Amino acid sequence: MANKAFQKIYTQLEAITKATVSLKATGVSNDELALVDGRLAQVVKTKGDLVTLQIFAGTEGIPTDAEVVFLGGAPTLNVSDDLAGRFFNAYGEPIDGGPAVEGKTVEIGGPSVNPYKRKQPSQLIPTGIAGIDLNNTLVSGQKIPFFADPDQPYNNVMAQVALRADVDKIILGGMGLSNDDYLYFKHEFEAAGALDKIISFVNTTEQPPVERLLIPDMALTAAEYFAVEKNEKVLVLLTDMTLYADALSIVSNRMDQIPSKDSMPGSLYSDLAKIYEKAVQLPDGGSITIIAVTTLNDGDITHAIPDNTGYITEGQLFLRTDPDSGKVIIDPFRSLSRLKQLVQGKKTRKDHGQVMNASVRLYADAQNAKTKLENGFDLSDYDLRCLDYAKAYATRLLAIDVNLKIDDMLDTAWELFGTYFSKAETGIKQELIDTYWKGN
Amino acid sequence: MKTTGKVTGIVSNLVTVEANGPVSQNEICYITTGGTKLMAEVIKVNGKNAAVQVFESTRGLKNGDTVEFEDRMLEATLGPGLLSNSYDGLQNDLTTMTGVFLKRGEYTDPLNHEKLWNFTPIAKPGDKVVAADWLGEVKEGWLPHKIMVPFSFKGEYTVKSVVPAGQYNIDKVVAVLTDASGEDVEVTMWQKWPVKVAIKGYKEKPRPSKIMETGVRAIDTLNPIAEGGTGFIPGPFGCGKTVLQHAIAKQGDADVILMAACGERANEVVEIFAEFPELIDPHTGRHLMERTTIICNTSNMPVAAREASVYTAMTICEYYRAMGLKVLLLADSTSRWAQALREMSNRMEELPGADAFPVDLSAIISNFYARAGMVVLNNGQTGAVTFIGTVSPAGGNLKEPVTESTKKAARCFYALEQNRADQKRYPAVNPIDSYSKYLEYPEIREYLNTTIMPGWVEMVEKAKNIVRKGKEANDQINILGDDGVPMSYHEIFWKSELVDFVILQQDAFDEIDALCPIERQKYMLELVMGICDRDFTFEDFEQCRNYFKELINALRQMNYSEFKSERFFEYQEKLNNLLSNGK
Repeated sequence: MANKAFQKIYTQLEAITKATVSLKATGVSNDELALVDGRLAQVVKTKGDLVTLQIFAGTEGIPTDAEVVFLGGAPTLNVSDDLAGRFFNAYGEPIDGGPAVEGKTVEIGGPSVNPYKRKQPSQLIPTGIAGIDLNNTLVSGQKIPFFADPDQPYNNVMAQVALRADVDKIILGGMGLSNDDYLYFKHEFEAAGALDKIISFVNTTEQPPVERLLIPDMALTAAEYFAVEKNEKVLVLLTDMTLYADALSIVSNRMDQIPSKDSMPGSLYSDLAKIYEKAVQLPDGGSITIIAVTTLNDGDITHAIPDNTGYITEGQLFLRTDPDSGKVIIDPFRSLSRLKQLVQGKKTRKDHGQVMNASVRLYADAQNAKTKLENGFDLSDYDLRCLDYAKAYATRLLAIDVNLKIDDMLDTAWELFGTYFSKAETGIKQELIDTYWKGN
Repeated sequence: MKTTGKVTGIVSNLVTVEANGPVSQNEICYITTGGTKLMAEVIKVNGKNAAVQVFESTRGLKNGDTVEFEDRMLEATLGPGLLSNSYDGLQNDLTTMTGVFLKRGEYTDPLNHEKLWNFTPIAKPGDKVVAADWLGEVKEGWLPHKIMVPFSFKGEYTVKSVVPAGQYNIDKVVAVLTDASGEDVEVTMWQKWPVKVAIKGYKEKPRPSKIMETGVRAIDTLNPIAEGGTGFIPGPFGCGKTVLQHAIAKQGDADVILMAACGERANEVVEIFAEFPELIDPHTGRHLMERTTIICNTSNMPVAAREASVYTAMTICEYYRAMGLKVLLLADSTSRWAQALREMSNRMEELPGADAFPVDLSAIISNFYARAGMVVLNNGQTGAVTFIGTVSPAGGNLKEPVTESTKKAARCFYALEQNRADQKRYPAVNPIDSYSKYLEYPEIREYLNTTIMPGWVEMVEKAKNIVRKGKEANDQINILGDDGVPMSYHEIFWKSELVDFVILQQDAFDEIDALCPIERQKYMLELVMGICDRDFTFEDFEQCRNYFKELINALRQMNYSEFKSERFFEYQEKLNNLLSNGK
């Protein structure tokens, strides 16, 4: 991002806020990048000859006579196969000590896929986690977030999912990652020997929040290169989208925009959709799957960020700690994969759908039994068996530390049914019972 | 001479243009930047400055870029070839675009100008005609597509000539009309109409007097929607709004269906693209796609075009209505459209209303809903546009501006409820809060009682009452415990569960249960209400529960069996045995 020769240099700022500066300049285009006192900035507003720039690194210490140089275009990323195995910052600059990546220069945040040209997602992405594979099966081309309170180990789960998923490339977009978490990801990827298929764009908590706004577009531009030009299956991990949205609200606030619900900008839905809708199954076999993290405040999904996210994504995976087993589980009630019916029973065993429904229903019965117990009512024999089943189900299937093949998950579920229930109590179709029932 | 101008300010997709001549509100203009022309619409004028919303990304736009005003509003192109096609919000044909990605500034023609259509004249020379009168007809697939006097024609015309039957493309002059001053005007098979203006050209708009069958029991039986009526479906995410709308799209009794995917997920539209060409319309046996047109402006497509998409869809509906057809418009979701309005209002720094929505939101929504309706055409035939929109309330809270404004405008309210969805009671339509205002219309009540059966409306009201009482009984049971309430509480609760499981719940993914014609709805409701009318005596609540569970199971198996098939009657036999052995 060096200065080019003969560029006009401006040296008088008209206004400075915490995130933006304004100056008089001409010939400036919308979304164009500039350097303000050496810091990267982007044009967000022009009015007559007054141009407002958003400074990614913040405006601390910027003087009114700062040097401003316009760079002539929107943010770009050089894409080529050399991206693989590399770590970059929010500007797409290497942070791993390696050389800059040579390749085709493309603008980030490019156009959308024509919906008519999309294909229906149909390939299963196995993760080994039963709370996902059994109850909320993922499909390539899907977009789905983890909804988790900040104390949940969401980054660990995501790293696990990524490393187990059968994909060609994994692209990590880290927004406001703590330095520890960044090193954790790096370590996990190295330890798995998978570095050559992983590309990371990272903004840590030590770096300015507004920089984060570039991360998803950087990650997805790299993803589009591999999915569109190489027909590869690409998995994009975005963590934490709540911090991304917070950065959006900072900028809109500085630009005096009227906030809507929860002091988020009115355009939050469109801003998030632009990112998540990059998930796609392409006609030539390539795909982009997005798994994100949206941290919640005490499980509140009515807050504008998770709420808008829920309307955009194809389901959500809800992490919580099961009080009975003490394990972190994927909540079977509040989690949902909207695309699961595209693969369940089609790419998996035919008892999948019924086993999933029965196991969740019985788990729900256990919750009712628990409520009865808490309210001081007597428990029936069925209630007691439900409670025992729930504990086993949470430990052996829902917990995020299990790693099973889908057939083994199904067999485990049948084993639990056989241990705690009669055939009729499961309510499963007779022909499946005849084939799979374990026990009496 | 066309007005031109220069860009003087840019904030996201709101651009200020200094114009050198007259500019009208909602006028379309093109901004040229780097060799690409971007379409935009005037949304505010102040002195020489026009604020325009650009229907594309404004990246790279510069102050000083040139602007040409078109002296027309945003228009839809209307003619044969609309049916079964897929458009974006500005009516660009998505199927003829090149490349996998949408290209900025690529505008494709909505209609094929080469294709030949089989034209048959209707009007004769000497006929007196006015706007929207039928001049001829072409076969658009199975549909008799009327070629009409353009809606923009004012006053009376005399038909001078009409071409004989034959194969023509849409640019062919098929008729010449003479206006009152003796001047001749040529009419081709296509015309343009500004999308934000309702198409009139009919004699009157009477109150709806029939219901439109959707095949969904929670709608048809409990709260039917009228042909030419309006309704809306609010619900938090994950409650099945889109599944319910798709179910209506698959089974709704309409000649033409417009699906407006407005700011929603692209994969949901892909599902329509994948399924509708395969699925069969239960009313005609044709493929669903043969009666469906898709207007698709998904959430990642430009925001301003999102607002345009619902208007484009409505205009196409009104066009087909003028041919004397029954049209159904499904828009998913109108909240995204309202949000698009909010984004623009915000950028224009207007004083905001509640939740930062523009203050005229309510007026805009009710104006839009008012475009639906049944009409009597000039030739005495009738046509109808039925409109069902979904609303995505923020945080699932129905006390928010879009839901509240829509509630004032729409006559039917189908509230999807998180609680029911959590319990997998689909469709998650809340039976107590939902309503159909049409049930208050004497003509609709009479229609129902004569076409379905005498006493139908009263029976439905009784069923609703059971559901209401069952809920109260359940609340008491939950507070006082199973043993703490009289047996009658358990009985009324289980009767309400019977109505819930057998009538309200319906499996949209089951081949048989997904579609329930009125005749079948009547059969099942009579059966269920017959049981509810009985008095039972149970020894304890466990016995009551187990007995009703068995009844429910038998009735649900009937729902899953082909109507009046052997299996269906087997389960009914089982039910009868249970009832005769019952207490």
